Amino acid sequence: MHQIEIKSANAFYEKLHVLKNIDLNVDKGEIVSLIGPSGSGKSSLLKMLVGLLIPKSGKIFLNKTLINFHNQSDLRNIREQIAIVFQQYNLFQNMNVLKNVCIAPTKIQKRNPKEVNEQALYLLEKVGLQDKLKSYPDELSGGQQQRVAIARALCLNPQILLLDEITSALDPELVKEVLDTIRLLASEGMTMLIVSHEMNFVKEVSSRVVFMDDGSIIEINSPKNIFEKPSEKRTLDFVGKILKEK
Amino acid sequence: MERLIEEIPNFFTIWNVIFLAKAMGVTFLLTAIGCLVGFSVGGLLAIFRKTKSIYLLPIRIFIIIYTEIFRRVPFLVSLLLFFYVFQIIKISDNLFLIATITVCIIATAYIGEIIRSGIESINQTQWDAAAAMNFSYYQTLREIIFPQAWKVILPPAFGFFIMFIKDTALASQIGVMELTFAAKILNNKGFSPLLSFGTILILYFILSFPLDRFGKFMEKKLASNRN
Amino acid sequence: MGYTLVYTQVLEFLPYLIKGAWISLQIAILAFFGGMFFGLILATIRTFGNKVSNKIVICYVTFFTNTPQLVQIYFLFFALPEFGILLSPYIAVLLGMTLNAAAYLCEIQRAGFLSIRQNELDAAKTLNFSLVQQVKYVILPHIMRVLFPPLSNHYIIMTLGTSMAAIFGVEELTGRAFNINSETFRSVEIFSLTALIYIVITFIATFLLAVIGRYFFKAKIRIIQ
Ligand SMILES: Nc1ncnc2c1ncn2[C@@H]1O[C@H](COP(=O)(O)OP(=O)(O)OP(=O)(O)O)[C@@H](O)[C@H]1O
Ligand SMILES: [Mg+2]
Repeated sequence: MHQIEIKSANAFYEKLHVLKNIDLNVDKGEIVSLIGPSGSGKSSLLKMLVGLLIPKSGKIFLNKTLINFHNQSDLRNIREQIAIVFQQYNLFQNMNVLKNVCIAPTKIQKRNPKEVNEQALYLLEKVGLQDKLKSYPDELSGGQQQRVAIARALCLNPQILLLDEITSALDPELVKEVLDTIRLLASEGMTMLIVSHEMNFVKEVSSRVVFMDDGSIIEINSPKNIFEKPSEKRTLDFVGKILKEK
Repeated sequence: MERLIEEIPNFFTIWNVIFLAKAMGVTFLLTAIGCLVGFSVGGLLAIFRKTKSIYLLPIRIFIIIYTEIFRRVPFLVSLLLFFYVFQIIKISDNLFLIATITVCIIATAYIGEIIRSGIESINQTQWDAAAAMNFSYYQTLREIIFPQAWKVILPPAFGFFIMFIKDTALASQIGVMELTFAAKILNNKGFSPLLSFGTILILYFILSFPLDRFGKFMEKKLASNRN
Repeated sequence: MGYTLVYTQVLEFLPYLIKGAWISLQIAILAFFGGMFFGLILATIRTFGNKVSNKIVICYVTFFTNTPQLVQIYFLFFALPEFGILLSPYIAVLLGMTLNAAAYLCEIQRAGFLSIRQNELDAAKTLNFSLVQQVKYVILPHIMRVLFPPLSNHYIIMTLGTSMAAIFGVEELTGRAFNINSETFRSVEIFSLTALIYIVITFIATFLLAVIGRYFFKAKIRIIQ
């Protein structure tokens, strides 16, 4: 079953045509990776899925239901099911780590504070931040902030997780940890869309890889194919460049 | 000079001291009420100004016009305008009330702007994160934006309080018994202008200086905290 | 209510009021540039001076920014004659506004000086700029970009401040409104019209300043906040 269906979606930042005719289906429990050069619109695609960038045309279905992005209750509905980890982490600067993780589940989802607190502690321990609970975001390194953001997203118990460059600020050891976490989540049936520059990571976890360039999807292929024998020339150029850098 | 020294004991009689203290109280009260109302109503204006809903568009336009007008008309002119409007509609001829209302209306326009630019100083990422987690506009303001923005709002707000202590001097023009009017009365009674106006200059300074210091201190403290 | 607003009589005085607005403009511009000049001197002393001169400037600024301009002018106008110095209303207002502006503009300009020191000088030095080149290509453009918005803002505040001159009998915009008021008693009409003229002239000023700021100094000023 397609959990997310995007049909020829177009989106703009004022005049900039940032997403062009996007067609993409994501099945339940699937891990789809987005790759592509800087500025190609990967983050924008994720933002569109949580309604931070409103598509101008096209159709987007979530669990077979058409989403009306101008309807508040539709927006609320998709945001209940989809959680996002931003590229810039976007932690709340006025709250400590624990509060960052707990605020939405308690204040917005109105769940039992005690139960939320327990889950938050568990998640923060899993990402190795149990001794940073009372720290504020500006006292944390980039990688630490990233892990708080991951815990914050998971604590919302979403069905779908959008991860934007979550490995970019992590050292290799942590990448492995995060990778394990993601695999575990996948085995529990969580659907994931992951933006990454880390090709090994992409190769290992994803069921399919989407290559984007200049706002369009150029190619969707299996991870093996996209790195070894891509069907598009632009994909080949991009993959070649990235592999050479390594 | 000699005349001045001779005059001083006559000037600082108990009656005059009480008279000036009362006037100082009026100046303080005018400012305090104006700033309090300005902060609450101005805060509301700023909140409505940043809404997106199409239904609130008329309110947003009204707010823009309101703030633009009252920040572009001299305090003295607004004061006289309200003074004469009140005479026509005959609601009240209480001069203190008229001055207070004028002060509140103008303070609301200025402080509303200060609060709005404080809200705008907060990074868009904070709004995005909140929206993605289903925070409503008001929840975002309460939980995330204002707890961060007050540091940006307070220093200019203090500058504004001081400006208002000084601007209330203009209320003397419609006859409100505040410090400046008191000095004019003393001057008319035959006390030397040097003494009358010199004294209230000092009294204004006493009202304003602590606020000025406190505002600057806070500005420094908040600036160093942030990095 | 028993009172109807009638603007016909008042509108006849429009040219008279507009001429008054010119005088307001004159006072604002003279006081502004006078204040800029004195403020620059004060700011220079404050930046490069010794301890004693610093203290004097600080006292000056603190005194003038913490007392009302109106009372300062009262003082000049009524108290100075005791020392044998008689000022005409126009001069008293101009002097008071200039002294007052100097205090504020000193602070603004000093902030501009301070912002340059930390920022771009090092970059210029590593690029081997001569001193003249440093001033011309780095320091001045930077200072102007930083200073232009707060200076423009203060100019608008000063334009509004000129209405105080009316209290001393200067026949600028508000002063002329006083005159018409005592002739016609159409008070609400007169003062609303006067308010409108102030709105128009400050809008024009903001607009011109925004254009100048944008094209010459790359400084961004919003016309409507
Ligand atoms: N809020 C915004 N307003 C205007 N333009 C934007 C905004 N966010 C992104 N853009 C522009 O949209 C385009 C796509 O940006 P996006 O962030 O989606 O790229 P990306 O693929 O995530 O890049 P990167 O790999 O560098 O993160 C870029 O040209 C960017 O400049
Ligand atoms: Mg991105």
